[in-house]
Amino acid sequence: MLGKIAYALPFLAQGFALTLWVSLLVVVLSLIAGIILGVGLVYGPAPLRWAVRIFSDTIRGIPILVLIFFVYYGLPAVGVHLQSFWAAVLALTLFKTAQVVEYLRGAVASIPKGQSEAAMAIGLTFRQRLAYVIFPQAFRRFLPPWINGVTDAVKGSALVSLLGITDLMQAINQVIGRTYEAMPLYILGALLYFAVNYALSLASRRLEQRFAFIRE
Amino acid sequence: MGYTLNFNLIWRHFDKLSGGLLLSLELAVISIAIGIVIGLVLAVWYVSAGRVVRGVIAAYVEFIRNVPLILLVYLVFYGLPTVVDIAYSAQTSFVATLALYSGAYLVEVFRSGLEAVPRGQIDAGKAIGLTPWQRLIHVRLPTMMRITLPALSNTFISLFKDTSVASVISVPELTYGAQWINFNTFRIVEVYLVVTAMYLLTGYALLFALRLVERWYRTAR
Repeated sequence: MLGKIAYALPFLAQGFALTLWVSLLVVVLSLIAGIILGVGLVYGPAPLRWAVRIFSDTIRGIPILVLIFFVYYGLPAVGVHLQSFWAAVLALTLFKTAQVVEYLRGAVASIPKGQSEAAMAIGLTFRQRLAYVIFPQAFRRFLPPWINGVTDAVKGSALVSLLGITDLMQAINQVIGRTYEAMPLYILGALLYFAVNYALSLASRRLEQRFAFIRE
Repeated sequence: MGYTLNFNLIWRHFDKLSGGLLLSLELAVISIAIGIVIGLVLAVWYVSAGRVVRGVIAAYVEFIRNVPLILLVYLVFYGLPTVVDIAYSAQTSFVATLALYSGAYLVEVFRSGLEAVPRGQIDAGKAIGLTPWQRLIHVRLPTMMRITLPALSNTFISLFKDTSVASVISVPELTYGAQWINFNTFRIVEVYLVVTAMYLLTGYALLFALRLVERWYRTAR
């Protein structure tokens, strides 16, 4: 049994690397998109605020799996052809972006109004207020939940196995298909996911404790 | 780009979706009911237990929270029967998985709720001569319930969405119905539009109803 699994280890490692690669792409892309849309939600004109609100509430209101299938099967139907890898990254990024938008909104809302009023009073422009007053403070509120939320990207990435992408989940299923060693392989997979996500949630908790001392 | 929406085939097979939605709700309700029992028992045990028990409960919670649900679903449905001699349907297997899954999240919810019960209430209970058991039933749990109800509603709604993962082991819930129509009629965009609307409407209707329950519960005392 161990021999068979040891033989499959390089294959599993490739799958694991793909899981990490998908997660990393999703996390970076959703951070950029989420910050842009989040600023739009908090400071934008009403139509933009509405659009972002509808986007976020819709995405967060449906299962990630439905979102993944919608993007994967739906885009080719309307003439947009993406490799399954990029369709998966796009779907997960949409899901994560909605989360980042909400983290950002929450973090900015937690900064007392007096801060931006004071910044206005000393004559800072809108950009200066964001860059020097709001964002540095909001960052401490944003970072812990955001890091914790990265685990959602890693866990969500396991669903891309359903699109025939050989991530860790799919690699495990394929090795089980050949070796019939279901239990040891599922446990191995669970431990790998656990190692990544637990490290992230510990980091998040640490930061939260550390930032808890800093008060406005 | 040249795609014409045509919902006729969706309505013809709508029973797949309506039946699927009911099954999704059923799976979520049964799972959270078992999950609440798991969560309550473990949370009450956790706050009064020694180090070893706390360690075991924390390990369960952390394990479940940090592993993808789809892997847990596979593990229970395909993995477990290879090592223990039990047979169960996909549906039973999924409910068991989702119950264990929600249990782990609810332990955390209930534990923080129990810790948030004001010390004064427990002392007052002691002062009027309630036994520890009576204090738990009549003082700590009701207060905890009021504190945790919003978190409990949120957990339920996210479980409702998580039932979509049951489709990977062919439980005919809503997402499975969507895929069936997707593969058999190729009205892809239409079916996912309809299913998205169904998840959204049901989810927000549940949220609205649960918020009413919370408000009623707060004023009823």
